[in-house]
Amino acid sequence: MKVNMKGTLLSFMGLGAILLAGCNDKLAVLDPKGPQAQRQADDTMLLIYLMSGIVLTVLAILVFMLFKYRASKQSPDYEPPHIHGHWLVETIMIGIPVIIVIFLSFVSVKSNYIVENVPQEYEDQEPLVIYASSSNWKWHFSYPEQGIETVNYLYIPAGRSVEFKLYSYGPITSFWIPQLGGQKYAMADMVTTLHLAADNPGEFWGRNANFSGRGTAENIFDVTALTQTEFDEWVTEVHETAAPLTEEKFDELLEPGHLGKQTYTGTHLEFSPAPEHNHESSDEEKEDEEDHSSH
Amino acid sequence: MSEFFAQFAVPHPSTLIYIAMASIVLGSIALVAIVTYFKLWGYLWREWITTVDHKKIGIMYLITALVMLFRGGVDAVMMRLQLAIPENGFLDAQHYNEVFTTHGVVMILFMAMPFITFFFNFLVPLQIGARDVAFPRLNNLAFWLFFMGMGLFNISFIVGGSPDSGWTSYFPLADNEFSTSVGTNYYMLALQIAGLGTLMTGINFITTIMKMRAPGMTLFKMPMFTWSALIANLIIVFAFPVLTVALAMGTMDRLWDTKFFAIGDGGMDMLWANLFWVWGHPEVYILILPAFGIFSEVISTFARRNLYGYTSMVWSMILISVFSFAVWTHHFFTMGQGAFTNSIFSITTMAIAIPTGVKIFNWLFTLYKGKIVITTPMLYALHFIPLFTLGGVTGVMLAMSAADYQYHNTMFLVAHFHNVIIPGVVYAMLAGLTFYWPKMFGFMLNERLGKATVWVMSIGFVLSFIPMYITGLDGQARRMYTYSDAAGFSTLNMVSFVGAGIMSVSFLMLVWNIWYSFKNSPRDIGSDPWDARGLEWATHTPIPHYNFAITPDVTDSNSEAFWDYKKNGTKLFKGEIQDIHMPNNSGQTFILSIFFFIGGFALVFSMFTLAIISLIGILACMGYRSLEDDHGYHIHKEEVELIEKKYEKEGGAK
Ligand code: HEM
Ligand SMILES: [Cu+2]
Repeated sequence: MKVNMKGTLLSFMGLGAILLAGCNDKLAVLDPKGPQAQRQADDTMLLIYLMSGIVLTVLAILVFMLFKYRASKQSPDYEPPHIHGHWLVETIMIGIPVIIVIFLSFVSVKSNYIVENVPQEYEDQEPLVIYASSSNWKWHFSYPEQGIETVNYLYIPAGRSVEFKLYSYGPITSFWIPQLGGQKYAMADMVTTLHLAADNPGEFWGRNANFSGRGTAENIFDVTALTQTEFDEWVTEVHETAAPLTEEKFDELLEPGHLGKQTYTGTHLEFSPAPEHNHESSDEEKEDEEDHSSH
Repeated sequence: MSEFFAQFAVPHPSTLIYIAMASIVLGSIALVAIVTYFKLWGYLWREWITTVDHKKIGIMYLITALVMLFRGGVDAVMMRLQLAIPENGFLDAQHYNEVFTTHGVVMILFMAMPFITFFFNFLVPLQIGARDVAFPRLNNLAFWLFFMGMGLFNISFIVGGSPDSGWTSYFPLADNEFSTSVGTNYYMLALQIAGLGTLMTGINFITTIMKMRAPGMTLFKMPMFTWSALIANLIIVFAFPVLTVALAMGTMDRLWDTKFFAIGDGGMDMLWANLFWVWGHPEVYILILPAFGIFSEVISTFARRNLYGYTSMVWSMILISVFSFAVWTHHFFTMGQGAFTNSIFSITTMAIAIPTGVKIFNWLFTLYKGKIVITTPMLYALHFIPLFTLGGVTGVMLAMSAADYQYHNTMFLVAHFHNVIIPGVVYAMLAGLTFYWPKMFGFMLNERLGKATVWVMSIGFVLSFIPMYITGLDGQARRMYTYSDAAGFSTLNMVSFVGAGIMSVSFLMLVWNIWYSFKNSPRDIGSDPWDARGLEWATHTPIPHYNFAITPDVTDSNSEAFWDYKKNGTKLFKGEIQDIHMPNNSGQTFILSIFFFIGGFALVFSMFTLAIISLIGILACMGYRSLEDDHGYHIHKEEVELIEKKYEKEGGAK
């Protein structure tokens, strides 16, 4: 038994070590390349340390109890006492979790407001608005300001906040670029807003993280962050080379199936606008909107 | 005509499905042949199918749960095998979708639920010193409805096609437009029928516990498992009607193109998510609270000490039950409800960690100054404590809504909920099974094999699920049937597959243990082989069908009446043996359930004439029942005395 308990303890510490080593090895979520993902990674690391502490404490108490109070270590006529509880022990036992939860609540609320708004570093400029809509099993990215549309890939300027407007032509999907920030749902009857930004030029991957049928696994897209100049050059180039997106063409694109990367001038928003009505439950969203319009 | 038969064909057949079909058909033929050969039909009908004895109904739940554990386990290994290698061709996307959907539904609703219901049935009347449940015939009906729901769900596999939109069945994906086979119809109707049975169980056990406790057993003298059963059943009665309504609306969307959740004409997909999780989140507490109850019984028995902080244990369960209804939104933090709403639900969710933490410390302090003997049930409990704590703290991580944007829909989440549900629920069920096995069947399971099973299971568990936390943080989304080698998490997925294989070995060891012990274990074990503490051990083994010859009186004892009797000599059985009133068996409930099954099947395939015929059958059964007089029967005093004498002669301790 003795060996076994030690074994468990060791394997747990081993696991903790693997997990932490994993972090150095740059797991996507813990290798943030933008302010939102940074905040989420910081929270995650804080949680990993705090939570390992809790698990190890429980384990230590358990091992202590098992070593000290095993029947084989006691005289045969020992009779365990009848103990109901003790006010001090129970206060500590409730008090510590309460304190931890209060602390985490503060962190959580603060992070919520950070993640739901334009990143603080980039508040001085207007965010670039991109409509990201999914159809089985593709992503359509419309740049209303630039008047262009891409399929399955995304170019964004680094160092500027991007405001994604998410919705879906079909089942619920989830728009996720782990290194830039966590995901949000895209649904057929409402538009959700996600603020992301890349600090520096670079390449990332994104995907639909929510199960939406047979093609979900391949429902992925590439993300490239360019400098503002490069981005502007790309826009000009698209206007010179790409074909316009007609309604007919767009309907064709919506057919279920997979497609490679495609580029068009004009956006589908003109003939197939996003479902941007006031949804019942988006009170807070309106508040948020007001929030940053005043900046 | 051929069109009529074509609709029953499986839309995505594969070799695996043909093998499964053949084995199901051959297995059924073999079963029927065996039962006929040994002339067991009459015995099965009289002693099992029509029984109103809570112990036998319990055992029927147990058998169902174990069979479904096996079925869901095969699904699990298939998933892990498919993911073990990048771009594996073992399962295609459609087949994988069906496998994870049925795995989820089977494990939660047809494995874990009947397992806890087995414990409600078997233990609660014994723990409170009752002869049966409050409504014995309703209990039989509840079982058969549950069983028919289970059966209906499982035939989807070979007739018409399995559901494939996840156990959460989110709309609009689950609507006709995107899920074209009848699979999701099965989901809606099978869960509906089984859910009705569960709701009946809930009502039955609340009434039983409130009305049928032995004299002197105040609420705060109830054994901890009975407390957990009371609270779980209260949650059932509040949560299951929500599921009933959601499924009814979903069924209408599928069969009659109403637009409650579907796209267009004001259909609201978010409404399904809300209704589903208003039931779904409390559901996980329906499973975990009885598991906590079992661990409490096991830990105090083998620490040879009373449970530390009984009162705080009870209050923490009550708090959990209330909170469980206030957190459902954490399942869709990413649905765009804004920072304010997410903050509220983030806080309520984390708050549940407080009463849960209290319980963990209570178990730890129950060990304090105890005299710990490590038996198989205790070993499950000792492994449960650290593993469940790990699952709990990762739950707190998921409750941090802003960070959850990164964990949602990933393998991190899959790791978390298996990390609470396997060490929490499955370990508790197996610990309880081993603990109560001698009470049910009169012999002990082998201890060496039992302990080895626990170790193998834990090693398999750790290898299988800890890697998922890491791949989740590395971007592996859940429900993806494949991934590319470049993604970089193939090694960890292989480890995970090996872990799942090791876990399967542990389940085979359990089966082997049952067989081995059946052959080899001694039968003269008395009625209290573990030196246990609760009233359930105060009756004979095997338990006479009236449970207690004399109703126990626990006025002078505490929550561990039998322990008091053994240590302090408090008298449990006062008074004399008298005539005992018992309920009659009934076959009507079984027939009624068959009509439900046929009706459900008819609706799956939109065969409305057949559905109406079965509805008439259902109403006729109910009408017959309401006109019937059934006063039960009496076991006469002399007969009871005779039975009791026989036990004493055979040396069953008492
Ligand atoms: C025996 C070991 C088990 C293994 C190896 C296993 C494996 C898996 C895997 C790989 C998935 C993820 C599928 C995916 O997202 O692609 C999954 C999903 C799931 N599992 Fe298990 N599982 C096991 C036991 C259990 C048990 C005991 C339960 C519940 C009591 C359970 C409940 C679920 C549920 C609810 C899902 C979600 C299904 C869905 O996404 O719709 N599993 N399991
Ligand atoms: Cu939940």
